[in-house]
Amino acid sequence: MTHRAPELELPSRPVRRNRPKRFAFKNSRIYIGVAIILVWGLAPFYWMMVTAFRDPDYTFDTTPWPTHVTLENFQNALSTSSGNNFTRAVVNSMIIGGITTVVALAVGIFTAYALARIEFRFKYVVVGIVLGASMFPVVALVTPLFQLFTNIGWIGTYQAMIIPNISFVLPLTIYTLTSFFKELPWELEEAARIDGASRGQAFRLVMLPLAAPALFTTAILAFIATVNEYLLASQLSSDATEPVTVAIARFSGNDPHVVPYAAIMAAGTIVTIPLVIMVLLFQRRIVSGLTAGGVKS
Amino acid sequence: MAVPTGTTSGAPARPAAGDNDPGRGSREVSENRRRFGLSSRRAWLFVVPTLAVLAVVIGYPVIRAVVMSFQKDAGLDPSTGMFVEGGWAGFTNYTHWILQQCTSPSGVAVACPPGTLGSQFWSAVGNTAFFTVVTVGLEVAIGLWMAIIMGKTFKGRALLRAAVLIPWAIPTAVTAKLWYFIFAYDGIANRLLGTEILWTSDAWPARFAVIISDVWKTTPFMALLILAGLQMIPQDVYEAARVDGASAWQRFRQITLPLVKPALMVAILFRTMDALRMYDLPAILTGGNPATTTVSILVVDQVRQGFNSASALSTITFLLIFAVAFVLVKFLGANAVETQEAQRKGPKS
Repeated sequence: MTHRAPELELPSRPVRRNRPKRFAFKNSRIYIGVAIILVWGLAPFYWMMVTAFRDPDYTFDTTPWPTHVTLENFQNALSTSSGNNFTRAVVNSMIIGGITTVVALAVGIFTAYALARIEFRFKYVVVGIVLGASMFPVVALVTPLFQLFTNIGWIGTYQAMIIPNISFVLPLTIYTLTSFFKELPWELEEAARIDGASRGQAFRLVMLPLAAPALFTTAILAFIATVNEYLLASQLSSDATEPVTVAIARFSGNDPHVVPYAAIMAAGTIVTIPLVIMVLLFQRRIVSGLTAGGVKS
Repeated sequence: MAVPTGTTSGAPARPAAGDNDPGRGSREVSENRRRFGLSSRRAWLFVVPTLAVLAVVIGYPVIRAVVMSFQKDAGLDPSTGMFVEGGWAGFTNYTHWILQQCTSPSGVAVACPPGTLGSQFWSAVGNTAFFTVVTVGLEVAIGLWMAIIMGKTFKGRALLRAAVLIPWAIPTAVTAKLWYFIFAYDGIANRLLGTEILWTSDAWPARFAVIISDVWKTTPFMALLILAGLQMIPQDVYEAARVDGASAWQRFRQITLPLVKPALMVAILFRTMDALRMYDLPAILTGGNPATTTVSILVVDQVRQGFNSASALSTITFLLIFAVAFVLVKFLGANAVETQEAQRKGPKS
């Protein structure tokens, strides 16, 4: 240690002796990055909530923390006096999202099982169809469906939105479930069969409980995707059946010349809070579900 | 949950493969395996409901749209002045959009006058292409950076991942309204920047407003996809490179990028398809601004002005998007199926 002659021995590679310092520097760089990402994810959302809880007379106040806190905007958002009916829109979204999710899962679970478990001819044709369907532009459905549903009087009905929603929720369900299913310990199913369980019993009693988290995660993803849908709903719904996305997009105030920003932010908060809570609770699962389709070993 | 339908209905086709009648206990193990192995006939029973549903919800409307696109929209017949219902249109609905030809009151094909939907086709294609290239480009660059940060070990990693999911979880319509408020004339964006930009009504500011809000919403999703790819790179590769004296940049260029490329390509493919059908954000954020009219918006605007012409436009849109997907898959090697297969068969992480 002591015989070191720093001036002469300076190596071409940096000396590792000052490691703690380098480490601290590197760490601080990471934390700056972390801070930027946190602000990225949270700041606009935070601003929506601050505005939602702020007296509408101070909507354009730039104080970064909550001031003039009030629930008035939420009352305005839920009030039906200006032609809005946001509560009904929330219920509509849950009906449309719930039914679409259940139908897509009920149909998709069998296909996902087949794709994950069974080698069969033309399997890649089926995989290709599912992937192709997941990239299908929903806008190509609007025209023919609008015409068809006008003819048969379905405009403004729930099924007019649920049926086309299945076109993108079902592929999503299948490829998420397939990659989850590939990781399940299927030996257990075979073991159950050898022990005398029927195929249905083996699936229902052994595999289904193991697959429950996967089904649950897929259901959350499918539900969020359906609630997010706007294009079809904006064309195929009526006042009575419009979901939250449409209701928010055409939210109106008492004065047609003044945009009711604060009430819209309150409405946005009402929609977003349950979704955000869901995301926080099931963060790990959602991330694995989201990335399952693309990359999964 | 229901019992799989194949349990009983598949039995008659291949009795040996799947019957459940008692008395099988005495058979040998190898026999069991053969019996319990899943037949491909059974696989089709599981797959057919999905194919049937997709045929109804996608196949039928698409075919219907193609048929409609070759019919005339109801309107006044220029030669007789009578109101006529449809009739065979040939390719006029397509030339209406692609060559921007409208029918003049005297029945001659003329260039669509400015301001009509027919004159906006190519500008809508241009806007869509511009949004796609810029947003996907930014999302890849920023997403890669975010993924690298999120992949490091530090306290509160789970919190960070939850935070980036928030923009993803907010419905796009709410996102659009949120940024509509941020970009309001008196809004926080102008206040922070000290500017007086009309973010939603001027052409370029509106385009940037759409790009910013889209990048805000979808970059975290991109980052998570890339992160999943990053986490499959074994750490000892980096150690080895470090021992060999590779700089951080070299490690990024020669290890991270090539190894994360398959995941990145899948992410780019999916995001490109999403960006090409962009509708909600520009429609709500800058509603009606021609500078942000995408092809999807044009289709929706046309729907109430004539189904058949709108059908032609949506068929063109559909073909354009699939052409892009085909090119991406073919030339960038972004074959989601193959990548997924390769990774499944590859070493377990």
